[in-house]
Amino acid sequence: MPSIRMKAAASGDTTEVQALVQHPMDSGFVKDAGGNLIPPHHIETLVFQYNGKTVFEALWGPAVSKDPYLKFSFKGAAKGDALTATWVDNLGKTDTATAKIA
Amino acid sequence: MSFESTASLEATRRTALRLLAGLGLYGISMPAFADNVAGWPADAFKAKSTDDAMAALYGKKFEMSDKVSVEGPDIAENGGVVPISVDAKLPNVTSISILVAENPSALAASYKLSDTANPTVACRLKMAKTTKVIAVVESNGKLYAASRDVKVTLGGCGG
Repeated sequence: MPSIRMKAAASGDTTEVQALVQHPMDSGFVKDAGGNLIPPHHIETLVFQYNGKTVFEALWGPAVSKDPYLKFSFKGAAKGDALTATWVDNLGKTDTATAKIA
Repeated sequence: MSFESTASLEATRRTALRLLAGLGLYGISMPAFADNVAGWPADAFKAKSTDDAMAALYGKKFEMSDKVSVEGPDIAENGGVVPISVDAKLPNVTSISILVAENPSALAASYKLSDTANPTVACRLKMAKTTKVIAVVESNGKLYAASRDVKVTLGGCGG
């Protein structure tokens, strides 16, 4: 199961992107059932690339909600082109996904 | 916490990494730096207050502006998932940061925009309690901000 679900839709010159990432985004402040603190585990960077160029970059701390959602838009892309998203978390885990702009 | 000391610390870290790489130990030493993805501003995210986070992130102060708008609920029943969106009617926006004033660490998210990105973003944040959500937008190198009060009935930082 890929961790990133992404939709990118072009309308005129603007492409609107919505991404939903499956990730616990543990803040480090929450205790488990046994009363032990769950250590921080959160995405730090989520980078969107179009044509080999970074168009938008999210820098996230532990205050971003579990299973993060992000919406942004950018100019200059065309229908059928590819948009790539890559995240890296504080444990060094990473995942990447590509969406075709609709 | 000054911007200069952050920069020199970063330089020291890089020098150390380069030395380790030279010794062929880079791969082995990586786990020690795993919580510090390249380009992730750790000092800004660890800062407690809005002012300290802004100093660490930008090294300058913001002014309030009606060109920035921050939208969100007036009342959030679940502080764990508060939808927040930011729009700016400003040219050459290079970054948008969102802070929750009374969270354990104020800075929640910071976005870097390329020259083709539109100055708008929406995401979902955790809020520990009723407080201000502040959006800071960097335009032509200056910082403009707007804030909004969000009442939280159930905090989202646990513990």
